[in-house]
Order: sequence, then structure tokens, then C-alpha cells
Amino acid sequence: MKRFTAHRKSAALTGLAIVSVALLTACGTTSGKSEGTASSEAPTKLGANEKSVSILAWPGYVEDGSNDPAVDWVSAFEDETGCKVNSKTYGTSDEAFNLMKTGEYDVVAASGDASLRLVAAGDVAPVNTDLIPNYAGVYDFLKMQSWNSVDGVAYGIPHGYGANLLMYNTDVFTPAPASWDVVFDKSGQYKGKVTAYDSPIYIADAAMYLMYHQPDLGIKNPYALDETQLAAAVDLLKGQRENIGEYWSDYLKSIQAFETGDTVVGTTWQVIRNSLAEGTPAEVVLPKEGVTGWSDTWMIASQAKSPNCAYAWLNYIASPKANAQATEYFGEAPSNQAACDFTTDPNQCATYHAGDEEYAAQIWYWSTPIEKCLDGRTDVKCTDYAAWTTAWQEIKG
Amino acid sequence: MTVDAPAQPELRAVVPPHRDTIARRGSVLLSKHPRLRLTLLLSAPLFWLGLVYIAALAALLITALWTVDTFTGTISQTWTLDNIITVLTGSLYQTVTVRTVGVAVLVTVIDIAVALPIAFYMAKVASPRWQRILVIAVLMPLWASYLVKAYAWRSVLSQDGIYEWLVAPFGGHTPGYGLPATIITLSYLWLPYVILPIYAGLERVPDSLLEASGDLGGKTGATLRLVVLPMIWPAIIAGSIFSFSLSLGDYITVNIVGGANQMLGNLVYTNVGAANNLPLAAAIALIPIVIIFGYLAVVRRTGALENL
Repeated sequence: MKRFTAHRKSAALTGLAIVSVALLTACGTTSGKSEGTASSEAPTKLGANEKSVSILAWPGYVEDGSNDPAVDWVSAFEDETGCKVNSKTYGTSDEAFNLMKTGEYDVVAASGDASLRLVAAGDVAPVNTDLIPNYAGVYDFLKMQSWNSVDGVAYGIPHGYGANLLMYNTDVFTPAPASWDVVFDKSGQYKGKVTAYDSPIYIADAAMYLMYHQPDLGIKNPYALDETQLAAAVDLLKGQRENIGEYWSDYLKSIQAFETGDTVVGTTWQVIRNSLAEGTPAEVVLPKEGVTGWSDTWMIASQAKSPNCAYAWLNYIASPKANAQATEYFGEAPSNQAACDFTTDPNQCATYHAGDEEYAAQIWYWSTPIEKCLDGRTDVKCTDYAAWTTAWQEIKG
Repeated sequence: MTVDAPAQPELRAVVPPHRDTIARRGSVLLSKHPRLRLTLLLSAPLFWLGLVYIAALAALLITALWTVDTFTGTISQTWTLDNIITVLTGSLYQTVTVRTVGVAVLVTVIDIAVALPIAFYMAKVASPRWQRILVIAVLMPLWASYLVKAYAWRSVLSQDGIYEWLVAPFGGHTPGYGLPATIITLSYLWLPYVILPIYAGLERVPDSLLEASGDLGGKTGATLRLVVLPMIWPAIIAGSIFSFSLSLGDYITVNIVGGANQMLGNLVYTNVGAANNLPLAAAIALIPIVIIFGYLAVVRRTGALENL
């Protein structure tokens, strides 16, 4: 009996091993997706609308009234075009990038630190902007930028943009800080109460600071760093790490930390400032070194099942009214020049400096760092996002 | 009986003959073949355990031997030990591993120290009524979401939180967000999982043994050390496995109250979520697995697992 069970046990184990290997092979073949390149062409004319369109976007970009009955710009689109909208929200650019790999989505709203990767992976297709009448109303300084076009080919249309500003506690800082040095070189004075954005892309903030203060490093674009420049930025951030109270990526966490006084200074978004409880002693400022920021792009999947509805959505969301509703709800500047007439708060566009080209010029928009230097240097290889991710983990320690 | 007599033939007629249905044939088959019965009964749970659980784990380990194209994010299935080597030699992973194990050990020690007196009171001192009330009280925190509890500690330990308010008059200060806050919060979260096995272990210690020890002149300390402790040792080990392994894998609490610190779970999380580097994440995930296996092996040598 004993020998029999032992025998059976080993047979069962062998069976299990065979089955798991078979399963793994099956999984392996499905995930071994062919390496995509941006080969598909943009359409030259549109057909009839399909019945539905699936959209992947930041929270607050595609609101159909299910979160707040008063916030709804999707129903109007559905009535107008007959395209039923299925939407999914994501929390980080990296999550969006992974979700787009599933091929389930027709349209994605991508920030600059995802858009180029999506193009390179072949997940999104070029967009023929002639088929989008509302594209004409978009601010010129947002069109054909490095984060929404590749080699003169448009890969999407701008949605809205905003800046990563410096927020400070007005009780601690008198007068207001004018430079990012309060979170870098002088952060020691506020040890344990400094915050920073928890993402590899934050390295660009340090690079931008170095660009101003250490010109001999030769940084021309904070997203194009060679090995030496990245090392300098990492050193700066490692020094900052000593004084960081906590990093934030969840903006509600940042709001709370400023309200309780656990954080007194650090990078922030305008929408965080606007969401602070009444009476919180905190203000934002645009420091002299400039700021990083984001400019989001609506893109169409290369494998889109409903390309016509996708184009209809891109046109709709770029229309002044929908653009105003969506960007005002999220708290950023709209991309459409006429959108400011449709905001419920008349000061919306002033608060977010919409259309202020001078303000926009001070923003270094999030771009994915790649090996081929974004600043045009050809004599040196730049560090890519993977190197930034590794560096970021080392900085945090 | 006589009254029922006329109904008798009808009753007989209602009893159905053995009709040859599929269900009947099936049950006959099953009753004749006990081996088949057992197979059908166990196949679903075994399928779950074998394929869904163990194969998923195996898939994770195999993923650690692959690499990822960092820009396009596609996994290339060439076998390489690079990820394992990176994880073993990288100073980042060593620092974080030491930090994580330190936190897990401290949490476990604190939890056992807190749980022992509570469990002893519950099992040996409290009246049956109070015993029930205390069990419910211990279980109560489990009804609330993990996240709610972690965020509650976030506000308790904040600069204008209740802790600061309590200790400020005595010159104390809140530890703020950081590793101490993480240890406090994790100790709180896993306490019920440590109390319950120790309580169950103490329940099994007969009162008569304590009395016998006292009658033979054993002092309280000696009784606890020589009679109670050896008997509940397996229960303490069981509790420690819970708190140690749960702390080892945690990344949410440290994210909420840990300030700028990261633990192994955070490294896994950022490599899956932010860096899209599943193979490296899988390699990092091997560290806690190896540590837990090591811990279980040590525990096994003490013989505690046999009495669980």
C-alpha cells in the first residue's frame, strides 16, 4: 500500500509538471506578440459610424454622469453620433501603456510620458487631422509637438495641459519662494516636510533645475540626458531624498498632507491647490527655473475596432464645449481656443493660464526619454525610460 | 389501519418503478466505482490548487528568467539569469530586503508581546460571557477594510493628528510618517491574526495542569515558562507565520504611512505597474518566497509544525 501511494504521488507530480509546462507554453505563445512598428497609415476618409467606441482615459476625462449626474458630456456625444461609449480609467501612464497592449481600446488619452512609447510599440496609429474639423480651433503651440507627433506625422490631437507647480505653506515661507532650490539645495531647512512626485519622470524636474543652475552640464532638454547628466540629476535627488517627508502619486494624499501640515513644500498640480480645504495656508508659484508639465493627447489604437467612432470622439472632445467641460472638471487648461467661453467658472482659463503662450513656453511637457536624444544631439546616446526607472528606484532606496 | 385500507392499493401504485434514467445509471455507476467518485469529488479543488494556484506560481518563477524590451514593453522569452543576478547583487535590493525583514521581525515581536497577555486573559481569566465579548472585540477590526484602517493611522499619526495632541502636553511628538509609523500600523493590522491562534492554543491547555503546577510549588513565572509556554509554542509559531509573511509582502501600508520608504512589495509594484518590467518584478518576488521558506524550514526543525 505504502509503495503504491508513493508511486501514485510521483505520477501525480509528473502529471502536474506536464500540465503546467503545457499551460506555460500556451501562455508563452499568446504573449509573444509580434514587435509592432508604426506602419499603419492614417485614413483619408471616414465611413459610417460603428455602434460603439471604447475609450481609455485619465479619471475625469470621460464622464457620462454616473459619477456625478451634473457632470456629463458623453451622453451628448452618444446622441449626436450614435456611438455608444464604453470607458475605462487608469491611474498612471504606465498602466495606460499596459492596458493598450490588450488591444481592447479604440481611443486613449495619453500623457507625453506614454504617447511616444505607444507609438514605438505600434499600439497607436497616425491620425489624419484633416478629418477632425475641430482641430483647427486647437492652440497652435500645442500642435505637432514632440509628444504628439513623430517625424512630422500627427499621432493624436491635444486635449489639455497643465504645469507641475511649486506649492508652499504660506506660514513657513515669507516671502514666497521664487526658486525650486527650496526643494533641492535648501531643502535641508524643511527636513521631513518636503514632498516630490513619485515617478521616474520627476527626474526631469531635477534636470530642469540643473539646466538653470549648472549650465556647464550642458542640459538642453530635461528629457534628453546622457549618462553624466542623469548621474548629476540622480545625485541632486539623492540629496533631496534625505529631506523628503513622503512622495506622492495619489493627489488626494498630497492634498491631505498640505492640509495637515505634514508637507510644507513640494511639487504640485493646480487642481491640488484648488481642492485644498478653505483656510489652508498654501499657495502655488511658478519658479524662475521654469516647470515641467503635461499635455495630454487623444490617440487612436492601431487595431481600433471602431475607427470611425474613434474619429467622431476625437472631433467631439476637441469641440469648444466638450473640451471646456472635460478640462474644467479635471482642472487643467483646455486645448481649444474657444473653450474659455463655455467654462462654468469665468476665471477658469485665467486660473490655468489657458492660451498664455508665454506661460506655456515655460513648461517642459512630459516626454518619454528615449535613446535617441530629444534635443537633437547625435554624438551621444541618451538614457531611456528604463534607465530612469532604475535610477528612480535607487534614489528612493 | 382499517381506515387506511382502501387507500393501500393507490399508495402502492404511486411508488415508481425503477426507471432507467441517465441520472439513475450515473448513480449506479458511481456507487460501483468508488475511485471514480473520489476523482469527481476532488477534481475541482485539485484543479484549483494545481493549475490556478501552483501553476500560476510556477509561471511567475519562469517569468523571472525572461527579459523585457523596455521601450515597447514586450516580453522577450530568451532564457537569462540577469534578473536573478541583478536582484542578488544590487545594493538597492539588499538594502530594501534588510529593511523589509527588519520591519517584519519587529512587527512579529510586537504582535506576540501584545497578543500573549490578551490571549491568556481571554482563555484563562475572563468569564465565558467576557470571553465571547473579547473574541468579538478582537475580530471587530477585521470587519473594516484594510485601507480604511491604514488611512485612519495616517490621520492619527499626522502632525495635527490625535497622537500629537495626546503626547504634546508631555513633551512628546508624533513619529510622523516613516518606518516607525509603518511598524505601528502593521502591528495593529495583523494583531487579530496573532491573538486568535494563541488564544486557541491556550484554550487547549487544561486548567488542571496550571493547578497541578501550583500545587507542586511552581511559582507563576515557572508555571508559565515550563508548563504553558511549551504547550502554546506551536500556536505562537502559527501566529508569527501570519504576521511575518503578511508584513513581508505588504506595500500598501508603507505607501500610506511609510513616508518615503519602500519595502520589497513596493519594488515589485513599481516594476509591474510603473516600469512594466514583469521579469524583474518576478525575480524580486522570489526574495520573500525564499525568506518564508527559510523561516518555515527553521520552524520545522523546532518541531512546532507537527503540533499545529
